[in-house]
Parts: sequence; structure tokens; C-alpha cells
Amino acid sequence: MNAARQNRLNTFAAHGALILYVLIALFPVFVIVINSFKDRRSIFREPLALPNSESFSLIGYETVLKQGDFFLYFQNSMIVTVGSLFFILLFGAMAAFALAEYRFKGNTLIGLYLALGIMIPIRIGTVAILEMMVQTGLVNTLWALILVYTAQGLPLAVFILSEFMRQVSDDLKNAGRIDGLSEYRIFFVLVLPLVRPAMATVAVFNMIPIWNDLWFPLILAPAEEVKTLTLGSQVFIGQFVTDWNAVLSALSLAILPVMALYVVFSRQLIRGITSGAVK
Amino acid sequence: MTALTLTNVCKSFGSVEVLKDINLTVEDGEFVVFVGPSGCGKSTLLRVIAGLEDATDGTVSIGGDVVNNTPPAKRGIAMVFQSYALYPHLSVRDNMALGLKQEKQPKSVIDERVTKAVQMLDLTAYVDRRPSDLSGGQRQRVAIGRAIVREPKLFLFDEPLSNLDAALRMNTRIEIAELHRTLSASMIYVTHDQTEAMTLADKIVVLRDGRVEQIGSPMDLYNNPANKFVAGFLGSPAMNFLQQAPVDMPQGGTFGIRPEHLRLEKGGRIKGTVTHVERLGGDTNLLISTTAQEPMTVRLFGQDSTSVGEAIELDFDNNTAFAFDANDQRIAV
Repeated sequence: MNAARQNRLNTFAAHGALILYVLIALFPVFVIVINSFKDRRSIFREPLALPNSESFSLIGYETVLKQGDFFLYFQNSMIVTVGSLFFILLFGAMAAFALAEYRFKGNTLIGLYLALGIMIPIRIGTVAILEMMVQTGLVNTLWALILVYTAQGLPLAVFILSEFMRQVSDDLKNAGRIDGLSEYRIFFVLVLPLVRPAMATVAVFNMIPIWNDLWFPLILAPAEEVKTLTLGSQVFIGQFVTDWNAVLSALSLAILPVMALYVVFSRQLIRGITSGAVK
Repeated sequence: MTALTLTNVCKSFGSVEVLKDINLTVEDGEFVVFVGPSGCGKSTLLRVIAGLEDATDGTVSIGGDVVNNTPPAKRGIAMVFQSYALYPHLSVRDNMALGLKQEKQPKSVIDERVTKAVQMLDLTAYVDRRPSDLSGGQRQRVAIGRAIVREPKLFLFDEPLSNLDAALRMNTRIEIAELHRTLSASMIYVTHDQTEAMTLADKIVVLRDGRVEQIGSPMDLYNNPANKFVAGFLGSPAMNFLQQAPVDMPQGGTFGIRPEHLRLEKGGRIKGTVTHVERLGGDTNLLISTTAQEPMTVRLFGQDSTSVGEAIELDFDNNTAFAFDANDQRIAV
């Protein structure tokens, strides 16, 4: 920022507000993580205290790792999330490119039809989806989840990406056509890198709800070998007894992979390789 | 041989007709400039020639072959864009080489042509840089280099100088003229700037509302414009048009005289007051309001001491004056 436009008080207030927001946002995560390292009694006696030599305990993590197959759950969640994101980004970007780039009859209509999905929650169709999955034999497979999440994520992806694709210079695409690049190479080599920040945004928006979803895993894939992490953690939450150590440990572990994915995507968000393409 | 022939080319987007019945021939080695106000269809015409848009009707043939159904890459053309349109992820060398690689040219040919183009355009020091590390003028030279290496039958330039600043624009204009002399290639150049059109062209095509208004050499169009639009579009400052003619005119006609053909003369046929003076050193432009309240510009060569508010009298030679009928077509004075 320019020094002439900087006002000490404004800067201070802005940073104060941001720091306060960060504290509020991180507080629940912080409480979960510290309590996951304490024994059961300390969790309830002093929920906000840091673990000390007396209260420190790994019992939660031990339970989590012993009971059930948590590595498998992790793996399932990872496959479902990454697989869904891959298809959302691939098909979303392709549809967006077609809508933004080509003039054809019904272009606007198809765009609106695809955007309709933003307004109608996919869970309304749960029963029909379940019937379809049963008939196609996809119940209790990870494919069931990947397909549903892809369908769920596509409308917003197409909507956001087509806006961004419209901003990619026509001259650049035309230069590619004159140099003899196929439409696929123009899409993958010239256009996709320029809309990478938008792709990262779409990925981040879709990733968290997919990772955290309990509804569809519970209905479409409740079998032991295809359980996702969120569903797997539910074994510790009972109607009468809840193993809080285990729940907190499972939740703490569940944060890690999403965080890793987020770091990957957020680096794309800020990377600006677009400069110099045009103008 | 003809480099390009357009026969009855039409283009419409939905119900909007953008190009109406365009006929044009470009001879081998000719430098043709499409000029016209924005929205006149000149860029669309260039895109139709390039194959980036399909002609709704009519035929486009390049080097004798009808190319209506040929993809852009196989038409034997190369195009330079207004926004440079360099591939951001490739170095200068790879930007130039990509088209040849797509044509499956052997590596030795690619290297040879790229090296030659790089030397011609003075880009040797930058071959390994990315476009983002280059200045505007350098980027435009890379874009021109990318066109040169393809050794096309026809070069297409789409307002290549619009993004450059004034000084650079003049230099690049001269470079393009030199390039045309060196390569003696056929070129089509689109611009809305009449100076570029006048200085570069062998042949100017003036377009308006998707129609060809007139085709001819720059001096042809300057000396013998077919109608009021062409007369007013070419020449700077623009031609003066008067409804209250100082000579005999048919009803509804317009009288035209170029600013440089007017001279200050006591007892002249046009009288008015000076409303503004532009002193350029070499020239002086007087903006005048005639007694009939019509604005006029007078271009005086050299410096002149006339000041704002002065009453002046002007005259001209009849053979430099133009007359246009009620339909804006040229008639004899």
C-alpha cells in the first residue's frame, strides 16, 4: 500500500478486526485439538486448559487407530474427495468452455439449465438417487459417492468457470487456431492455465462439503469397506454414551488432509502467470 | 497471381448483417489496408479471411484455392493480433516455433526460420524470455516474428499498433513497411487510423456498415473520393463540409474543401471568425466559424500570427474543391 494513503489508525483497526476474526474462527478447532490430547476427566473438568503432564493422554488416538479401520476410512474419504473434485473441474471446465466459446442454438438455455442445479439442493432427490444406485448396482461403492458429488458440484463450477472463460482473450485462442492447435489443446494448454485461480476457487468451495458430508455416505455407502471418515467417526457417538476422546481425536485427524488439499489449491489462487499473455 | 479473392462475401450474426456483398482482389505482394470507423466490419472481414468466422455466403480463395471449408491453420495465412496474443507459458523461441511444430516441420527448418526471424526483428537477446518479461514493443515484434516464420501466402494484421504508445507506434509502422519490402509478401492490415492507412497501403479499402465504400491507392482516394464519407474519413485534419456553399450547388448538396487547400485572402469567398488556434510549429490550424455559423478548419503551413476572435476571409482554387449531391455522392464542382 502507498505510504501517503496509509493511516496508522485505519491499519491498526483493520488488523485488529482481522486478528479478532481469526481468533474466533480458530477457537473451536483449537479446543478440539487440545482436548484430543487429554484424558476424559480433564476434558470435562477444564475444557479450555492446555494438556499438561497430568492430563496428557493419547487414549483417544489409540481408540481411533484400534477400533475400526481408520486408515481405510481416510483413504475412502480421500478417494471420494479427490475423485469428485477431478470430475467437477474437468467436466465443469469443459462445459464452461463450450458455453463461453461456441455460438450454437440453445446456448443460453443450456447455461440456465445447468445453473438451475445451484438453486435446487441435490438431497431432494435422495430417494430417486438411491433407487438408481440400487438398480445400477453401485450401492456401497465409492463410485456412487463420486458420481453424486460430481453432479452436486457441477452447476456452480460451470457457472463460475464460464464467467472466467469469457474473460480469456479471444485473440489468444484464435492465435492457437491459426497455429494449428486442436480445440482440446487450446482448452488444456492455453485456457485452463489462465483460469487456474477460478478452478482453485471452485475446488476449495466443493472440497469441504464433500469431505464433511454425512448424508450420502450414510445412505449410499454405509458398508464397512467403503465408509468415509465422517461416517466412520460416528461409531464413537452413541445415543447414551459418547467416547469424546475418540471423537475429538478422529476430528483432529480429519482436519489434516483437507488442510493439505487447501494449501495446494490456495497456492494456485495467488499465483499470477497470466500477466504478459495479452497487453 | 492473386493472393486473395473475395467474391460476394456476406456475414451475418443472427439477423444482423455485418458484411454485405464484399468483392475484393489482393494481388501478390500487395499491401492492402482495411480502414473504417469502429463497428464497420473490418475486423470481421479479416476473421472471415483467416477462417476464424465462416462466411454466410460467397467464396474466399487464397492463392487460387477456395478455402471456405479449410481450417485457419491450413489456409497458408498468419495473423498478428492487436493484443499480441502470445502464449504466456512459452519462451519467445517456442512462441515462434509452435506453429511450425504443429505443421510437423523438421527441427532444422524450424531452427533456421526462427533464427532468421529473430535476427530480422532484433530479438536475439530475448529468445529465452517469457512474454511477461518483455515490453509492449518487444511483444509485438515477437507476434510479428511468429507470423514471419510460418512463411505464409498472406499476412493478416488486426490493428497491431493500437496498444503501443505514439512514439513506438511510428517506429513499428516503419518496421512493418520495411518488413513488407524485405519479404515482398501479400499483407492485409486492419486499422481505424487513417494515418496508418495512408502511409502503409498500396491499396486502401474503405468500409462502412459492412459495405465497401471505395477501393484505391491512397492518393486516388485522397484526390478522387467517390463520396462524402470517404472524403471525410481520409485526410487530417478532416475535410470541411459546408451546406452554405460559396459556389453554385444543386439543392441539398454539400460543398467540400480540404483544410490544406484554403488560404487567407482579402475579399475571399468564405468569411468567418477564428474560434481556436492550434500552433504545431510546422503548421498552424485555425478553427473558424463561418458567417453561416458552420465550423471549418484551415491548415496554414508555417507559423501564423492570427489570433482567436479575429475576422478572416478565405479563398481556394476551384479545382481543389469537391461537391456532393443530396445522396452524398461526388458530383462535379
